[in-house]
Amino acid sequence: MTATADHEVGRARARKEDARLVTGQTNWTDNITLPGLAQVAFLRSPHAHARITSVNLDAARTAPGVFAVFAGPDVAAEQGSLPCAWPVTEDIVIPNHPPMAVDTVRYAGEIVAAVVARDRYAAADALELIDVEYEALPPVLDMPAALEPGSPKVHAEGNKSYTWTLANGDLDAAFAGAPVVIERTYRQQRLIPEAMEPRAVVVAPVADEFTMWSSTQIPHVLKVMLALVTGIPEHKLRVIAPDVGGGFGSKLQVTAEEVLALILARRLGRPVKWTESRTEGNAAVHHGRDQIQKIRIAAEADGTLRGLDVDLLADMGAYLMIVTPGVPLLGAFMFNAIYKMDAYRFNCTGVFTTKTPTDAYRGAGRPEATYAIEHIMDDLAVHLGQDPLEVRERNWIKHEEFPYTTISGLTYDTGNYEAATALAKDLFQYAELRKEQSARNAASAAVRLGLGVSTYTEMCGLAPSRVLGSLRYAAGGWEHAAIRMLPTGMVEVITGSSAHGQGHETAWSQIVADELGVPFEDVRVLHGDTAISHKGMDTYGSRSLVVGGTALVSACGKVREKARVIAAAMMEVAPTDLEWADGRWAVRGDPDQGKTIGEIAFAAFAAHDLPDGVEPSLDSDATIDPDNFSYPHGTHLCAVEVDTETGWVKIRSYVAVDDIGNVINPLIVDGQLHGGIVQGIAQALFEEAAYDDSGNLVTASLADYLIPSAADVPSFTLARTQTPSTLNPLGVKGVGEAGTIASTPAVVNAIVDALRPFGVTDVAMPCTPERVWRAINSAVNNAPPALGGTTPRQPPAQNQTDGGGAA
Amino acid sequence: MIPASFDYTRPGSVEAAVAALAADEEAKVIAGGQSLLPLLRLRFAYPTLLVDLGGISELRGVRDAGDALEIGALTTHYELTRDPLIAAHAGLLAQAAGTIADPAVRHRGTIGGALSHADPAGDLPAVITALDAVLVVTGPGGSREVSPGDFFADYLTTTLAPGEILTSVRVPKLGDGWGYHYEKFHPTAQAWAIVGVAALARRSNGHVAEARIGLTNMGSTPVRAGAVEAAAAGAEASATAMRAAAQHADQGTSPPSDLRAAADYRRHLARVLTGRALAKAAGV
Ligand SMILES: Cc1cc2nc3c(=O)[nH]c(=O)nc-3n(C[C@H](O)[C@H](O)[C@H](O)COP(=O)(O)OP(=O)(O)OC[C@H]3O[C@@H](n4cnc5c(N)ncnc54)[C@H](O)[C@@H]3O)c2cc1C
Repeated sequence: MTATADHEVGRARARKEDARLVTGQTNWTDNITLPGLAQVAFLRSPHAHARITSVNLDAARTAPGVFAVFAGPDVAAEQGSLPCAWPVTEDIVIPNHPPMAVDTVRYAGEIVAAVVARDRYAAADALELIDVEYEALPPVLDMPAALEPGSPKVHAEGNKSYTWTLANGDLDAAFAGAPVVIERTYRQQRLIPEAMEPRAVVVAPVADEFTMWSSTQIPHVLKVMLALVTGIPEHKLRVIAPDVGGGFGSKLQVTAEEVLALILARRLGRPVKWTESRTEGNAAVHHGRDQIQKIRIAAEADGTLRGLDVDLLADMGAYLMIVTPGVPLLGAFMFNAIYKMDAYRFNCTGVFTTKTPTDAYRGAGRPEATYAIEHIMDDLAVHLGQDPLEVRERNWIKHEEFPYTTISGLTYDTGNYEAATALAKDLFQYAELRKEQSARNAASAAVRLGLGVSTYTEMCGLAPSRVLGSLRYAAGGWEHAAIRMLPTGMVEVITGSSAHGQGHETAWSQIVADELGVPFEDVRVLHGDTAISHKGMDTYGSRSLVVGGTALVSACGKVREKARVIAAAMMEVAPTDLEWADGRWAVRGDPDQGKTIGEIAFAAFAAHDLPDGVEPSLDSDATIDPDNFSYPHGTHLCAVEVDTETGWVKIRSYVAVDDIGNVINPLIVDGQLHGGIVQGIAQALFEEAAYDDSGNLVTASLADYLIPSAADVPSFTLARTQTPSTLNPLGVKGVGEAGTIASTPAVVNAIVDALRPFGVTDVAMPCTPERVWRAINSAVNNAPPALGGTTPRQPPAQNQTDGGGAA
Repeated sequence: MIPASFDYTRPGSVEAAVAALAADEEAKVIAGGQSLLPLLRLRFAYPTLLVDLGGISELRGVRDAGDALEIGALTTHYELTRDPLIAAHAGLLAQAAGTIADPAVRHRGTIGGALSHADPAGDLPAVITALDAVLVVTGPGGSREVSPGDFFADYLTTTLAPGEILTSVRVPKLGDGWGYHYEKFHPTAQAWAIVGVAALARRSNGHVAEARIGLTNMGSTPVRAGAVEAAAAGAEASATAMRAAAQHADQGTSPPSDLRAAADYRRHLARVLTGRALAKAAGV
């Protein structure tokens, strides 16, 4: 019997995984304990750049409860170099990256020694007994200065890692004689991912085999990489990602701590655990963003774009991590966004500095690109005296033009920017807000209103392996799924997309319920253990559903087809006489005669009367490689109130209309958008990894690195338009990063929109109250105001209808 | 949390707590732990002994002491926001306590700890300064009373002598005609104040008869904005007049420049926010 008359797909199912997560019944990596487990603690460099002249471990080695203490030279022979899997150019500089520094440290937070002890207290106490002497070297903190010939060098090879270029069309022609040319420089500040669960790793050596539990997004990739780095044969390694409390890219990594934990466990022949503190993590987890973006557009007098020229400096930090150099490249294809143009050039130089390495952070390259293009589209609109939505509409790909091959070479399959924008404007009450804005400007109100627009698109579903190959990425972008029908009709699903908070178990169950005609509750989704899920490419780049979901549908299809053959034998009819209806195989024309998947599964298990050549058991495997990316898009509109006396920014309303294709579970989608939008707002308003002049991270704790909470953001108005993807059977496009990509420019555009009457053209992120206040004052007076409480000298009001402007 | 090792004791009386403190120079009091534990976790402090005040019931709660309220040092921020006596006679304290951090911190953190920690970015020091409260301190030699001006010595430093415990805070009841407002300017709900203004104003006949202003994070200790108080006294109870009086708010202050704000911006904020806080306190 099928228990699900209605479709599961599309239902707002509460998440299966939440019962164990919110009641604390799960095992996070730090909860795992094993007989004889020892604790690892790392000593980290307090200097941004220094030569290690001596290390004295004697006192630490004899401290109570200490099993062993190691410095770089002790592990140099076996620790290898941390991998960079994306050598983006042939001549890229990839410096050696020892997990533990041997003679030189290149960022504050780099590991210089390790203690293995009975417990965390003994380990932390012993760290204080290690005596390291350093000879300070000059820090390298500023990207343009780092590229100057006389700059101190981070690595002997120099401070430039690579320059990568993408070009299409005749850029010179596009700019020559263009009626409008606008050039801007934007700064993508450095961000710290701040997953709720700090990183942790446990390694258990048994004979010559090793099991690693790690709070990672990428157990499969990690297993391969650990084998390559340490030389431990791959088949002797098992990696388990238990429940993982967030990653946002920060756990898409092969970390020094993972490699060292493995090496130390092997050395000591006993299980070890390491768990980081928040402060330790802020300095040592890879950071995100950090680009200087020079962007130039050429347009016709009516605003029609002719060309786009982008020149990036991207801060790699001190070393290249797993995909560090490739992150800006993911943005290369997105600067042109939803717009048509004749010519495009993208140029990116990766720069080494003595800061924490950067790497993928939610959106990875695409938020940076979207911010820059959406900001400069506003600048173009202002220049032309047009509404920001008008200039966008003039340039975007019309819905009837899909599929459309963009100037950067991607083919967008579907989309409807008109529909999403129309709905967003309506929900936002765009026209009314513009009127209110004009009235406030005319009255020289102390609190101004600003409207921010972001008509974003992104590329999801990483990735067609052939494209990755052409971009010199070392691995593929396929995904794997397997179905195991159990004798009782229950279903075990295995996915290679290792979830870390996205709700895969729920969404995958909904898909399988529909595909196999089983109840939602009868499906269990297994993931994150390389011994169970033997292959996969894990979770990042909004790929799980788009790529992993496609593999899942394919695996379900294979089970159904095999079930058909068995069902036909059970009912003594030909397979061709059967049709799949209401979740079972039934005889065409005689729907009473049919078998459910559960019944067929039991027959396959008993295997008494299987047709010749049909193997017992009912299960399947599918590995698929996508042909293209998927391209969600949407229109986000943000209204801010700016208190011009204090610089305070309040988000008054926020409307997000997203087209992510078909929706499997609207509740999960809303959750991804809420979190994503807040994470983008965080970049716009709050967060920045700040370094002092000597290269120390001054935002090492959450008292200094400000992350927003629910109390700091408004309720969002979410709505969706739908143009299903034609590139996968589910018609889905991906939603893991959309909110983050869209919201940062929406918020900053709104702030700048509020302040344009004062002559402000930009506010650097994060737009703190002080920065907003200074932007107003320097634009108006080129000096701070004489006395507080006075409204700054009034510029001419925008859209002035009467003689307003009296302060 | 991985602090260095320490001993722990939980005495049942103030006398026993004072004795335990007096016996060990490196001992430290722990109340709610919301400021001390972060210091231990980061290994910025290495006390040999923690003397936990949690077992001393006489330090808890709010008592009516005639023309003042006697607030036990262990009274939590949360209790301050809920206590009916506070609401009736010292509402400023409840309002300010409600802006501290988040519910978890407010349920553990205590007024005694917040004042003894003497963080100029903390909210309660400026509030009790504006309220003209008296701090009651008990040590080996008995009890003494200290004014806020004499209690807060410097950044994270009080005049508490070794072996002394802050046992209560005596807050004069606000009489008829008093209004109050705490204006906290903080970048996120959970963040400390960039600048905070604790304002009290007594209205009489459409004028402000008396005003008292305490400033948060405008120096290494909480600051009374004396010039504003003088300018406001006798002024018309209007937003314009309060704004004008507030132009002197940063006089005599020495605000820090830090990650969050430069000193000149803090001075500006003090003026703007004092004008707003005064206006609200004066009910205009
Ligand atoms: C995330 C976070 C955010 C915060 N945000 C704010 C904020 O916005 N505004 C704000 O004002 N505060 C804030 N705080 C601090 C909070 O108010 C603390 O509760 C308070 O500062 C300390 O009180 P406690 O009882 O926890 O003291 P403890 O941490 O136990 O002690 C603090 C110090 O005072 C000493 N001490 C404690 N009680 C006594 C006593 N009775 N006599 C003598 N010495 C004593 C201790 O020895 C220690 O040195 C925040 C704290 C956290 C963790």
